[in-house]
Amino acid sequence: MYRYDEFDRTIVNERVAQFRDQVRRRVAGELTEDEFKPLRLMNGLYLQLHAYMLRVAIPYGVLSSRQMRRLARIARVYDKGYGHFTTRQNIQYNWPRLEEVPDILEELAEVEMHAIQTSGNCIRNVTADQFAGVAADEIDDPRIYAEIIRQWSTLHPEFSFLPRKFKIAITGAPNDRAAVKVHDIGLRMVRNDAGEAGFEVIVGGGQGRTPMVGHVVRAFLPVPRLLTYLEAVLRVYNQLGRRDNLYKARIKVLVHQTGVEAFTRLVEDEFQAMAEETPQVLPGGELARIRACFRPPAYRTLEDHPATLTEALAADPAFARWHSTAVSAHKQPGYAIVTIALKPIGGVPGDATAARMDAVADLADRFGFGEIRVSHEQNLVLPDVAQEELFALWQGLVSAALDTPNAGLITDIVACPGLDYCNLANARSIPVAREIGKRFAALDRQHDIGELKLRISGCINACGHHHVGHIGILGVDKKGVEHYQITLGGDDTETAAIGDIVGPAFPAETVTDAVETIVGVYLDRREAGERFLDTCRRIGLKPFKEVLYAAH
Amino acid sequence: MPLIKDGAFSSDPWVRVDDRQALPDGPVVITLRRWLAERGALEARNAPLGLVLASDEAPDALADDIARFDLICLEFPRFTDGRAYSCARKLRERLGYGGELRAVGNVLRDQFLFMHRCGFDAFEVSGNDDPASWQRAVTEISVAYQSAADRRATIVRQRHADEAPKRR
Repeated sequence: MYRYDEFDRTIVNERVAQFRDQVRRRVAGELTEDEFKPLRLMNGLYLQLHAYMLRVAIPYGVLSSRQMRRLARIARVYDKGYGHFTTRQNIQYNWPRLEEVPDILEELAEVEMHAIQTSGNCIRNVTADQFAGVAADEIDDPRIYAEIIRQWSTLHPEFSFLPRKFKIAITGAPNDRAAVKVHDIGLRMVRNDAGEAGFEVIVGGGQGRTPMVGHVVRAFLPVPRLLTYLEAVLRVYNQLGRRDNLYKARIKVLVHQTGVEAFTRLVEDEFQAMAEETPQVLPGGELARIRACFRPPAYRTLEDHPATLTEALAADPAFARWHSTAVSAHKQPGYAIVTIALKPIGGVPGDATAARMDAVADLADRFGFGEIRVSHEQNLVLPDVAQEELFALWQGLVSAALDTPNAGLITDIVACPGLDYCNLANARSIPVAREIGKRFAALDRQHDIGELKLRISGCINACGHHHVGHIGILGVDKKGVEHYQITLGGDDTETAAIGDIVGPAFPAETVTDAVETIVGVYLDRREAGERFLDTCRRIGLKPFKEVLYAAH
Repeated sequence: MPLIKDGAFSSDPWVRVDDRQALPDGPVVITLRRWLAERGALEARNAPLGLVLASDEAPDALADDIARFDLICLEFPRFTDGRAYSCARKLRERLGYGGELRAVGNVLRDQFLFMHRCGFDAFEVSGNDDPASWQRAVTEISVAYQSAADRRATIVRQRHADEAPKRR
């Protein structure tokens, strides 16, 4: 993984010192809360319903076991013993004390981490495919480019006061596991006719109250031009993005109102001019230096499907069941990618105790070259596990109660913190997620239902990504009572789509029943091999509506 | 408003006049609208001319006129309105503006570094900001990843000093 050099270390350390002084000025009363707010937000520090909340960046979702142990330590020493992994590949601490935040940042800096630009109207933490570098379908490793973008965007002088927050996602493969089409800028590695790798640039996707799938503005961008092109997009947005209305300030609205063609022309003109002026140069040596950080670990020469694995799968049904959800294909023979679902039945999606974080760090050291990924689905991933060691890893996960075999299934729910924590929420998310989790706890049934992405947001800001859930649930406030609107058919992959609202919202007491009804329609109507999403697309909303609202 | 220029408090010889006011002698700062409307008369005037751009006014239209101004003020109506950062870079890097570039409006010390890097060299500040705080703000982060209008050697360049930069 990427290791800081003296320059990276200098920036992060100086930023900690700078923030320490800002906190000191706030505590001493030299700064009002209004003046302090933008400063703390640029360092990921929110003031939530009950306390401050600190959001720490996990750039493109990559963590070392050492960093994970430090996150555990921070949870233990400065918080209430747990942290919350988010859909943005961040970790949030819900109870830090303002005076201690500089110390937390210093502890993070020691392990090459930070909270820079995890909030505020700037370029946020860059997210990437959690299977980067190990996925069998990859053209190039997106971590290299994500790290380049991380550096370029850090304290960018021109783009730290944008009309709104700005999110970039990148995938190195044609199969999109980074939801690039629902980001302000999505980058997808492609090859041109000459066989060179470059980027397809997608702009103007997003969720929130105006969900949109992004548009391709560049079919092929050569690698060395990446940063100059990003800069051109950002400059057009900074100058023309709406600042009169918070809800219309995202780039998706600019692209929509300008028109894709006209917007593309503006960007291309800016790009050409910038290339003449101050191109963001990406010397070959820098590319090579960063690429070298992401060299594959020292894999052993192994065969796929070792006998030990085959025997364990046959002998232990619980292991086999976990294996069928948790294990994905690896590009290296004899290895596997393992998803650790942070979705215990009845638990809070994405929450991890300090003990579990430590346990994952230990397992990563024992079985996975010390590397861990955080996925936008609020799960953890061990990217490099030898297939012959999967059974031993699973036993370790069982000991840490991290073996719930539900990755990709209906109880692998993505949910925002909702009204229990968040200032913005209209409704709770966590109790709904727990309730649905319990209703579908039976593993046979979950496995029978198969791949189903269920996403819950407690408000229209859509942090729980409900718009792109196969089943999306949105909390709304109806005259002071929590209701839940259901959407169907959302998709955050390369076939991205925004879900359709199925009908009037359901009160909290019946939302789980409604989900069960929807799943029932699917099970009745599915054809061989059809996932929930496929059936949805084939039959449309009508059959679901008929049953859901039959009594009305 | 106190003016910090080149890292020190500086006296301000410029007089900002609104569009209906007759122009006094000496250096004046006018709006873009007045420049466009009264250009002939303004050019005939024998005193330095300054221009103020509102945050929604881009400098692109000034390309051929840029050398006529000794001062350009870019307005920050709120510090959260970051359009002037892009204007500043365009003025410096695209239009080759070499005169004083002044940040006016809601200018806070925590934005000094960003402004400085985008090409501002003068700052109308509130009474609380002194040159020492300005100095600290622009030096407390001592290295930068990106190229910008300040043309400092970026981290990438420092890492790869051996690779000759291709600057046109």
